[in-house]
Parts: sequence; C-alpha cells; structure tokens
Amino acid sequence: MPVLNVNGTTYQIDADPATPLLYVLRDELQLNGAKFGCGLGQCGACTVMIDGNAVLSCVTPISALEGRRVRTIEGLGSLDNPGPVQRAFIEEQAAQCGYCIPGMMMRAQALLERKPAPSKAEIRRHMNANLCRCGTHMRILRAVERAAALMKVK
Amino acid sequence: MTGVTRREFLTRGGALIVSFSLAPAFAADDPQNIGKEPKKAPVLPGSLKNAPLLDSWIRIDANGAITVFTGKAELGQGIKTALIQVAAEELVVHPRAITLVTADTARTANEGYTAGSQSMQDSATAILHASAQVRAILVDLASQRLGVPPHELTVHLGTIRSRDGRSMSYGQLVTGETLHVDAAMNSPLRNPRTRGVMGKSMQRVDIPAKIAGTPIYVQDLRLPGMVHARVVRPPSYGAKLASVESARVEKMLGVLKVVRNGSFLAVVAEREYQAIVAMRELAKAARWQEQPALPPQTGLYEHFQRLPREDFVDLGGASELATGTGTIRATYRRPYQMHASIGPSCAVALLQDGVYTIYSHTQGVYPLRAAIAEMLTAPAERIRIIHMEGSGCYGHNGADDAGADAALIASAFPGRPVRVQWMREDEHAWEPYGSVMVSSVRARLDGANVAEWQYEVWSSTHTTRPPPAGHLAPAWSIETPFAPPPPKPLPLPAGGGNRNALPGYTFGNARVVHHFVPSSPLRVSALRALGGYHNVFATESFMDELAAAAKADAVEFRLRHMQDERARAVINACAERFGWSQFKRARGRGRGFAYARYKNLAAYCAVAIEVEVERESGHVRPLRAVAAIDSGEAVNPDGIRNQTEGGIIQSISWTLYEAVTFDRTRVTSRDWSTYPILRFSNVPESIEVHIITRPGAPFLGTGEAAQGPAAAALANAVADAIGVRIRDLPLTRASVKAAARKR
Repeated sequence: MPVLNVNGTTYQIDADPATPLLYVLRDELQLNGAKFGCGLGQCGACTVMIDGNAVLSCVTPISALEGRRVRTIEGLGSLDNPGPVQRAFIEEQAAQCGYCIPGMMMRAQALLERKPAPSKAEIRRHMNANLCRCGTHMRILRAVERAAALMKVK
Repeated sequence: MTGVTRREFLTRGGALIVSFSLAPAFAADDPQNIGKEPKKAPVLPGSLKNAPLLDSWIRIDANGAITVFTGKAELGQGIKTALIQVAAEELVVHPRAITLVTADTARTANEGYTAGSQSMQDSATAILHASAQVRAILVDLASQRLGVPPHELTVHLGTIRSRDGRSMSYGQLVTGETLHVDAAMNSPLRNPRTRGVMGKSMQRVDIPAKIAGTPIYVQDLRLPGMVHARVVRPPSYGAKLASVESARVEKMLGVLKVVRNGSFLAVVAEREYQAIVAMRELAKAARWQEQPALPPQTGLYEHFQRLPREDFVDLGGASELATGTGTIRATYRRPYQMHASIGPSCAVALLQDGVYTIYSHTQGVYPLRAAIAEMLTAPAERIRIIHMEGSGCYGHNGADDAGADAALIASAFPGRPVRVQWMREDEHAWEPYGSVMVSSVRARLDGANVAEWQYEVWSSTHTTRPPPAGHLAPAWSIETPFAPPPPKPLPLPAGGGNRNALPGYTFGNARVVHHFVPSSPLRVSALRALGGYHNVFATESFMDELAAAAKADAVEFRLRHMQDERARAVINACAERFGWSQFKRARGRGRGFAYARYKNLAAYCAVAIEVEVERESGHVRPLRAVAAIDSGEAVNPDGIRNQTEGGIIQSISWTLYEAVTFDRTRVTSRDWSTYPILRFSNVPESIEVHIITRPGAPFLGTGEAAQGPAAAALANAVADAIGVRIRDLPLTRASVKAAARKR
C-alpha cells in the first residue's frame, strides 16, 4: 500500500499505485487546493510541491512518491492563519474566479524557497508554466513580489 | 428623487444623512431613482420589477442577522462583494453583518442569467432600493414604538436611536411579515455624496476561501455517499453510438454502473480516478457513426458568407451608402473562439424520493431548471438547482451541459449523489464557441469628417442558452432526443451579432446591415461581449484607417466625431494617462487607441496599448495598456479594476492567438497545445485602469466593457508598428510576419 507524506503527515493510501497524486489529494485526503484543469500537464492548475519543486500532480503517479514530501496550499497556511504567499495574494486581490490560484501559489512558493529575491523577469519565466484565463496575471506577478517581501520580514 | 420631499428624505435617512447638508439640486436629480424619467411608465428599479416583495431580497431575523438574497451568481467577477457593499450602504450596517445568498431556485428570486454585465443594473439596483426601503420601514416602526418622530431618530450599524438615548435594533423591530410587502415606487436613497461603503475598494469576500482551499467550488463538493461519473462524449457533433461492448468495463474495479441512453454513454464509479480509467476503456469499446459535416477550415469565411441568411437594416434606409469613387473600404474577420475555462465543467446531482437536487456553476439556475425539467419530463417543482462557483466561464460554456449530464446519470442511478466533471477535451471540443464573424465597412470622407458610413456584419447567433432542452448537448444524444430550436438573433439595442455594430460616433449619414446566418458549422453561443468584441475591433480599426486617410491623429479624429460628454471624458482620460500626445516613437514600437460604449448603452471604456513587434519573427509583444472606464457609480473600484485588467488580458489572448480548429468531421482544438492562450511570458509589463465614477448615476456594469476596445487598440498598435493593417483575427506570428514583409 503506497505511503504518502503530505504537509508533514504520513498517510497509507488505499489506491492503485498508478493513480495520479491529484486524485489522491482531492478524493482520499479531501484537500481541495490542487485542481483538475487538464489532466495532461499543460495548465498548472494541479501544481503542488514535491521535495521543494513545483510538480504537476495530475501526471504524477503516487507510486513515484515513496519517501518524498508533498506540499499543497493547505500546508502553506489556513483561512485563519494564511502563510506569506497566501497573505500576499489576498493583499493584492490576486484572484478572479480563483481556480488557477492554488497552483500559482505553489509554483510561487517553490520559486521563493529556492530564490528569496527573484527579479521580475525570473518570476515571469518561472510562472510561465501555469495558465490563468481570467487575466489576473498582473496581480499574480505583484503578489509573488509581495510574498518575497513578506517572507523576508518573517 | 421625485415623490419624496427633502424632509421625508432626511427623516427616513437617519443621522448619517441629517448630519450633512444637502446641495439643493440633489433631491431632484438623483438618477438612480427610476421615477426621474417621466416619459416612461413607472416601473420598479432593477430586478424589483420582477420580484417586488422586499423579503425576496432582504430578511432580518430576531437576532438582527441580515441575509441578502440575489438571483445572480458569483462567477469570479466579484459580484458578491459589490452587492454586499450596496446593501450595507443603504441598510447602514457593516458589510460583515450581511450574509449573501446567491442563485438557488429554492431561495432566491429568478433573475435569469448572470450575464451581459447586467448584475449591477439588475440585482445591485434592486438591492439598493430594497435596502433603502427596508431601512425606512424600520425607522417608521421605531418611531411608533419609541413614540418619537422619525426625524429625531438616527440609524447606525443596525441600531435606531432616539435623542434621549433609547434605541432599538433592526432585529427587535422586525416580525414575521414586516418585510413581506411590495416595494414602493420611490426609495429614500441616501445621499450619494456621503457614501460610507459604496465607492470604496473592499477586499473581495470570496478570495480568502479560494486562497485557503476551503471547499467553495462545485468541483470541491463532497456529499455523503457521493459517486463519480464520467461521460463518453461523442467524437463529433452528430455522431451516433452504433454499439458498445460494456461488459468488461462493468467488471472493472470500483465501477458501479454503465449508463446508456441512446447515444448518451457514461460510467459511474466509487472513486474519481476509477471513473476516468473506466471512461477511457468504455470509449475504446464504443463504435460511433460520424459524418464529415464540417466545411474545410481554409475556406471557412467564404463558406460562411455563402450560407443562407436573413438581412436586417439596423440603421439607415434601403439605399447603399459610400458607393462612389473615393470611398475607403475594408473587411474584418474573426474565427470561432472559445471560453476555454481552466476548470472543466462539473455538476453534482442527487435524485432522492422523486426530487432532483443539482449543484451547478450555471449562469442561470431557473433557466437550467426549465431545460432539465423538459429533458427529464419531470415537473420543475421537483428540481432544485443551487449555484456553486466553478472556474471562470466568460459566458455559456459547458456548465449547463454538465448539469444535464449529472441529472441524466442521477436519474439512472438514484439515491446517491453523482459528481460528474468534464475532461479537458470535452470542454474544448463541446463548449459552444463565439461565432465566426465578418464585417465589411466602407466610408466616404468629407475633408477630415466621415460623411457616409456603411457597416455590414455577418454573424450566427450569440445565444443558444437553455431552455429549451434542445440547447443542452446531452439532450441531443439521448434515446428520445431534443433538437436545438431554430436560432434567432438577439434584439437591439443590446443585440447579438450586431452588438456595437451601430456606430457610437456622429457621422454625416450611416447605415448598418446585420446579415444573420442561422446555421453555424460549429456550436455557438454567448462568449463574453458577444458580437461586441468583433464589431468594436472592426469599427475601431476602421476609424484608425479613416484617421490615417484624413491625416488626423487617431484620438483627435475620434473626439471630432463624438458628442457624448461621458465618452469624451474616458477618451481624454485614457489618452492623457497613456501620454498619447507626448508619445515618443521608437523602432519596432507602435501605439493604438480604441473606444466603445459597451452595447451602446452600458459602460464607457477606452484602451490604449503600446506594442513592440519583431518584424523578422512576427512576434508581437504588448508592452503596456492604459484604460479609462466609466461604469456609472463605482461600487467597488478595485473590483472594476480587476475585471477591466482581466478583460484586457483575455482580449489580448483572443486577438493574438485564438482560433478554434477543425477537420471535416471533428473539432481538433482539444487541449492547450491545440488551442494555445496567452501565458505570463507575453502579458504586458503594466496595465493601468482609471475609473471615472459617477456617484448617484445608474450602475452600468463592467465585465465585458474592455473586450472590444482592447482588441482594436492592440490591432491598431500592431498596424502602427509595422505600417500594414491586418484585418483577420487572430494576429498570429505568421500573419504579422507576412504583413511586415509587404512593406
């Protein structure tokens, strides 16, 4: 039975090892952050972190995750106690429908953990893998910059 | 403010108004009061005219808890926040004191669709007036109970106080039937110059939950005992299921049922991924009969213009204009484009004890209920549809179809909630697209003025929304199928294919012809701004071509033909903030300007864009965009900014990249690689949105206002940069490269 470490907790998962991580997060662990967007690794709505890297959970089978650390937006903070990236997205009002935003936040978190003060160009390049259809891009970019500043003062 | 004296207004309004002196003109010229226009027969404001009972909109319980009801839905446009602000303003309570209930056939008024940038006009106007009337009723009640004349009472944060220090809360005053009364024709609206909540940016109430992963989307809904379903969609529109060998799939792990109803094929499983795997296997086992019914994509426009059509002269007479020598002419074309929601459509349905409960991100809970009732031949009273948010839709996407899928599967699998979500290829290939459109424009200049203008537009319909059931794609496939009814054009003044086809400018003589093409090779319906996107692209591109012919500045040329002061104000504000007159030319750079009043009757919006074009590759890089918008009285300025920025970016994506592709049988735009959209790498470096607010003026809505102006400003900027005009959308690398070579 596959074992998963998600947001610091270890779970025994009763599912086919070929199941993509996305469905296990959503349906078995009831974590809503990662979203189904394409199931093809094209849009980034399902982005989570695995060992600090931004990874597309819709095309990552759980069999590949033994001994690795999975992080979702539920691991960044909560409604009452949002983490710096979440605070930055609220402060910049960086959402319209918001469906792509958890994936955006996880990709941003991965960048900021590796590179605490990225340039504007680096942020754009890094975020390029994720799609937003509402056109919230300017606010998302500002939110990532703000998150970098918030993490610094932490 | 007709019908309410200044004294009544003051006393009813309470202290927040009494403490401010009123300008003498105020009471007479509050245009939000519908009674102001004596020419029209009096009707209640906004959606109150369809649902006049005050407690359809506002209820207050004995604890003072305030619930506001809207028949509109949150689509990511921020409407919940704006409606709460409006109610808080007139009820004189803190926005946090209000719970807002959105579209639900069991709880809210029928406000039709959440569409057309109409929610502020319809619902906010109703809630504004209902709130003011509720406050006045409560002040009157307090006056009786306290034995104090109303004008000696003050209202603050849900409490009404007398001068001697006694007070009563809203909750103490309301009893069962207090608010169960019809709205009055006139409302004691507060002074728009002393706004407390409206007009100030408020953080969106829905964003924290979206950031935290709280289950708020229908995709996140998990009901006890819920099962997962997937539909095996036909491979093309008319495909018929010839046979399917489902025995093997029925034995797969977790599979509960294979549902077949005519050519409608679905599988139900305990877990979501099991349903997906089973659906893939079922798809392999299905044999379809398909017809090559689509025209060749390369000749699409020619084919489209040869289709049977109905002609309507929307403006001018029978005789053609601008026919002689010296006329300037151009033809602009737009392909099929899609909503392309990031999250595929989803619904959850439960059939229990003969009653359907359906959770859907539909734009219209009541219309969808009527369509599903017809499809299931079930009484509408036995169907409840509850709106839950989905991914942004920008019009009629797969939401209603997914609701119908869930209802069909639930009817075959009663007793447990059924969740069905579309796959990416379902959404791309099956959503109804924005119609292909062609505009042929010609004009004659007299000096630097437009003397004659003739605009002809070819378009299919811009609405195939349910009801009837024949507008639900799953209903086409079932054993007893429902066919779509004959398409109809949407009437002016808002229009569909002719939306914004009538020029907003004053020309010597103008004629507009709408060639309505009833049949459409691909499925079409409402996409954000409807025909307004293409018609503004065409009109405002042509205005630049005429300005160039007249050797006039593009902004000056527009102002020369514009009398409307509010239009002039947004044009001037946009040009000024952009630095139009100080613009410094640089190699490879271009600037473009465009303006439109959405639907010719809603928000005024001007957009200016600067681009850089790499001639060798044809790559267009939008550098910056500046917009000015007048949406009437601005309720949540940051909400207007967010929507306008989003509209500009989405329109840039449509305009640079997007066209639905197909072969002779099937749609071939089935994912993000076959239908690319804008990514971060090519969004502008900055977008500025300047709001011109009109306190006290009617709400005009915002959501769709920027689509047309952004497209035309971008096309004008590209033309300015390369010196050649491209009139076919999208402005792809290949077309820009080819055009740049011509020069």
